Amino acid sequence: MIIRSVILHSASRLLVPLLVLLSVAALLRGHNAPGGGFVGGLIAAAAVVLHAYACGAGAARRLIVADPRVFIGIGLLVAITSGLWGPVLLGLPVFTGVWGGVTVPGIGEIKVGTPVTFDVGVYLTVFGVVVLMALELLED
Amino acid sequence: MIDWPVYILAASALFCPVLRRAAGRWTGYLLAGIVLMLAGYFASFVPAVGSGQIVRQSLPWVPELGVALSFSLDGLSLLFALLITGVGFFIVLYASSYLQDDALLGRFYGYLMGFMAAMLGLVLADNVITLFVFWELTSITSYLLIGFDHTQAKARKAALQALVVTGSGGLALLAGLVLLQLAAGTGDISAMLASGFNAAESPLYVPIVVLVLIGAFTKSAQFPFHFWLPGAMAAPSPVSAYLHSSTMVKAGVYLLARMSPILGGGASGPQGWTYALAITGGVTMLLGAIVASRETQFKRVLAYSTVSSLGMMVMLIGVSSAAPDSAAAAAVAAAVATYILAHACFKGALCMVAGAVDHAVHLKDTEQVGGLSRVMPITAAAAALAAVSMMGLPPLLGFAAKEQVLVVLLDGASRSPLGVAILIAVAITSVLTVLLALMVGIKPFVGALTRTSEPPHEAPVRLWLGPVALGLVGIVAGFVPGLFAEPLVRAAAAAMTGPSVVSGSATGGPAAAVPAVNLSLAYLLHVGPALLISIGAVVAGVGLFLLRSRWRAATNWLDKLDWVRAERGYEALFYGGVLGLAGLSTRVFQNGSLRIYIRIIVLAVLASSGVALAMSGATFLRRDLLSAALADTTLIEAVLVALIIAGAIMAALIGSRLAALVAVGLVGYCIALLFVIFGAPDVAMTQFAVETLSVIILLLVIFKLPKYNTLSSRRTRVLDGAIAVGAGLLMTAFVLAAQASPAAKPISHFFAEKSLSEGYGRNVINVILVDFRALDTLGEIVVLAIAAVGIWTLLRVRPARTPAPHAGGKGGHTS
Repeated sequence: MIIRSVILHSASRLLVPLLVLLSVAALLRGHNAPGGGFVGGLIAAAAVVLHAYACGAGAARRLIVADPRVFIGIGLLVAITSGLWGPVLLGLPVFTGVWGGVTVPGIGEIKVGTPVTFDVGVYLTVFGVVVLMALELLED
Repeated sequence: MIDWPVYILAASALFCPVLRRAAGRWTGYLLAGIVLMLAGYFASFVPAVGSGQIVRQSLPWVPELGVALSFSLDGLSLLFALLITGVGFFIVLYASSYLQDDALLGRFYGYLMGFMAAMLGLVLADNVITLFVFWELTSITSYLLIGFDHTQAKARKAALQALVVTGSGGLALLAGLVLLQLAAGTGDISAMLASGFNAAESPLYVPIVVLVLIGAFTKSAQFPFHFWLPGAMAAPSPVSAYLHSSTMVKAGVYLLARMSPILGGGASGPQGWTYALAITGGVTMLLGAIVASRETQFKRVLAYSTVSSLGMMVMLIGVSSAAPDSAAAAAVAAAVATYILAHACFKGALCMVAGAVDHAVHLKDTEQVGGLSRVMPITAAAAALAAVSMMGLPPLLGFAAKEQVLVVLLDGASRSPLGVAILIAVAITSVLTVLLALMVGIKPFVGALTRTSEPPHEAPVRLWLGPVALGLVGIVAGFVPGLFAEPLVRAAAAAMTGPSVVSGSATGGPAAAVPAVNLSLAYLLHVGPALLISIGAVVAGVGLFLLRSRWRAATNWLDKLDWVRAERGYEALFYGGVLGLAGLSTRVFQNGSLRIYIRIIVLAVLASSGVALAMSGATFLRRDLLSAALADTTLIEAVLVALIIAGAIMAALIGSRLAALVAVGLVGYCIALLFVIFGAPDVAMTQFAVETLSVIILLLVIFKLPKYNTLSSRRTRVLDGAIAVGAGLLMTAFVLAAQASPAAKPISHFFAEKSLSEGYGRNVINVILVDFRALDTLGEIVVLAIAAVGIWTLLRVRPARTPAPHAGGKGGHTS
């Protein structure tokens, strides 16, 4: 199902990249400000669904490159492994946050921790699930 | 280090399907190489363990519950570990040839290696919970292996039967082991043995024994649970040779042998254990041999004769715990250990031979096959070796096993009437066993050559290598017992009779408790009553073989005794009881009507929470709070609430799906706005995104639905309305009650305080989601993923009657 609308088509070309950027921003700032992996994943999925409405499900599939199921699988894998660093590296209980800092020249120190990677896993899973549902329904 | 073989096997199981794709036909050799290496590793322990040393290894698992991933390698474990890896090596090679054309061979290897890991873990486990986990894993992997031919209804049924019987036994075993841990104060078997713990002194003794026995008897196919084993022979030959002859069915025997010093009741204690084992084992032994002698199909003969052998092992373990002194007990234990080793060799070999014969001539009935020694001489030689060992003739190990059994039973018969009965039962069984050995090991290879559509040929090398090697093991063990058989049997017997050498004192040389075992032919061949019984049994067995058709005709009345199969009871209980109950609950609760589902859920919540709330005596209405809240309400809040109410009513009453969807969306957006107003931007943001996407996705669903129609009766709608109003009232009551009686210390303070200091984040909600409560979130995304799999399956998999539209075709059909 494609909605043949010039306005939608043109708007989507502009909005889809913006929405994806917004979703990543929501994901990354989530730890300190409103946002997070769940809502980020939803926003990114909304971008793909918008693209699918404007240009068709096939185009949306090409846009995301991999099958939505792959996103779900990788997301779960990332989320689960984030919980295992604590026990494996430090002998702490499962899902204990492990943090480290990375100094990037010009930006300063960026704190990276397993809760952040866990959030990335949530982001990918939610994105995959919603896109899978929407594209399966759109294609028929 | 001794736990590493388990991990190596488990890891290789995971990679088998991938390996099969990458390495192709080399996969079998690769896996066999791994197993052989592990067999060599265990073999290197023979001298040390044979002299009484025990190797231990422990990793904390759930220290709070006293559960440790602890392993121990003593004589009994070593005997089984060598059987598992040694026979396993030949089985992997055998399977690589037997199933080489099977597209799912990679999966088969995975199941097989998984089973091997589980079985090895089981016999090495020192902690009772560890032991139970591996016990269950063997049940599960055996289910997968029996049902490997999953397109066959018979295989699926047999797999399920085996799983249900052994799985139910496993539950009983878990309960028994937990009670045992409570009674002993430790979960480590080695610690129980070292402290000389005797369960008979505990008030929990009777339940522990009963539960452990149920577990062991179901696993080792003892009467009346024996019926699953012949069914399980539906599995491919490598599986029946490995699981149902050499290894898994002996898990129950292993457990009984392991627990005998702890649960046996002691020399002067209660005799219940002895009687339960001796009588159950004896009945199983006789019954199995008699039923087997009436069967003619290779696999069924082998299955029932295995049932019979397992019965004998169980019976002997019972006898050993009743022995008057430790030397007599050790002698019985040595007989059991020798018999376990001999049986694994000859029965595993015969099962592999049966598969090779089936492979060559495609006949499954022993009476239809003959003269094969001319076309498959090597297989015939291996079969003859195994049959000779099974009959208990010198010089093979089977002879040593049978002589020892007869010697100890003659000793026992001089003491009690039960001993006399056991001796007679064993004598009868020996006669029948000779008949069985001749039927499956000799008969198919002598006489006139069977005519088949395609000329039979020698089996490929990988099919006869195992039987030949196992036969050679029997010969070597018979001629040179000191090489490995005696140290192994001695150490296993020591482990079965109780604590001997405390770990660590390896250099102390053989301790006093290591029993004297003499398996040499010269010693066993001295003329005595045991040898006379043995000779008589062989003569009678050969005679019975020649008269076998008359014997079968004379025992036809046995078929009327259907109860000996016990299968009917299982079927009535499982299909009538369990599946009947499942069907009933499905018809009532899961009948596919969305309305019924929602009704049941809402009514259940109303009933449970409503009653709880009413009984809590909470105050619902506090006028002061309510008027304060009303005074605080701003105009915009009031408008939003009015919109929510209007949207909800509209969604319920309007006669169009699209309009109802818009109305539901309105409710969602207004609630999101309320979140914004009440300072929860995170929740509001998520709510906006969720609302938007659910409206879009529901819209797509609505396009596919048939025309909107009112199908329900007025009565139903009134009833649903009443339930809905009830649910709304309950939620309102909850909110009011929560407001009127705030908790003493809300948990939110903790999170707000610790969010930055412990979670390094200022967004409390997010820190809760990804850090404090990460496990909950993981659960939620897993549920999401499962839901996605469900949706994908529902949308992709169509009923077969509507042919799928052309792949990749656009349009062309309207929905």
